[in-house]
Amino acid sequence: MDHPALHGHSHEHHTSASGESHGGYGAYGIGFALSVVLTVAAFYPVMVPGTLPHGWLEPTLAVLAIVQIVVHLMFFLHMSTASEQRWNVVAFGFAILVVFILIVGSLFIMHSMAEGMVDPDVPAVPTTGHSDMGSMKGM
Amino acid sequence: MSPDSLVAHHGEFAEDHSHEPNNVFGFWLYLMTDCILFATLFAGFAVARHQYAGDVSGKDIFDLKYVGVETALLLISSSTYGFAMINAYQHRLGAVVAWLGVTFLLGLGFVGMEINEFHHLVAEGHGPDRSAFLSAFFTLVATHGLHVTCGLIWMATLIAQMTILKKGLTTVYINRLMCLSLFWHFLDIVWICVFTLVYLLGVQ
Repeated sequence: MDHPALHGHSHEHHTSASGESHGGYGAYGIGFALSVVLTVAAFYPVMVPGTLPHGWLEPTLAVLAIVQIVVHLMFFLHMSTASEQRWNVVAFGFAILVVFILIVGSLFIMHSMAEGMVDPDVPAVPTTGHSDMGSMKGM
Repeated sequence: MSPDSLVAHHGEFAEDHSHEPNNVFGFWLYLMTDCILFATLFAGFAVARHQYAGDVSGKDIFDLKYVGVETALLLISSSTYGFAMINAYQHRLGAVVAWLGVTFLLGLGFVGMEINEFHHLVAEGHGPDRSAFLSAFFTLVATHGLHVTCGLIWMATLIAQMTILKKGLTTVYINRLMCLSLFWHFLDIVWICVFTLVYLLGVQ
């Protein structure tokens, strides 16, 4: 009973080979409506400046994106905590862990590199031939 | 393992092949590796997003209304693909092909808009070689666009196999449609990250 893919067809009709439930028009309709609301909520404060207090925009956009990803996973990819899906969810969880380490690690390393620069006016990554000269001056 | 048991084992798989229960899970694992591919490109973009090298910034080149239309096309195509899947489980080939056709056109519209955006940027001298920001932008967004293009080719192939080659809606084809459905919805999720990080945060 461990593997989600091996015993799919023995289940009720609405569960597929992968343990993915099919969902009807209603599920896609709800998912689509939520996605539209979340997308408009993300675009609106950027296109109409002054909607949100200063400093609120970035966290708001991050939260809206994460919520919309969860909505898509639930209503379009039909992910659930059902036991048929256990290995799908385990693989997904591991992928999220790797993605987290990759992105946070890259940003941390590049931030530290920028901090380590003596001259704060010189970008962390030299963008032109001249900025090399600039960092020489800084030393 | 003796040769006999190898043969027996192979036999099991051959029988299994009739409904290919493992291929959807295998495809799911491929998508997880694709997550990591996109994560590296997103990390590269996040690091380079302010390295303009005296060239344009996101504020100068991004048109949010244009990006809004692209987003709408992908979002609607995710729903229409969902409708195709509902009909696939009910073995209505005509409706499946019709909804796949709509999905294909919406995806084609998205790819066309993206190519048009890239063409304008390069024509105005803001190609991928101008700054780290533009290199990261083109690499990330074009990789997503390339995935969508592959999805379109796959979709056209399945439509042709089911209709012209008269393969119909067998279990094999329903499983293939399900893999493409996972791929298509996955690309929509990647696009959520693209429009948030690249475009919405890029015009600040």
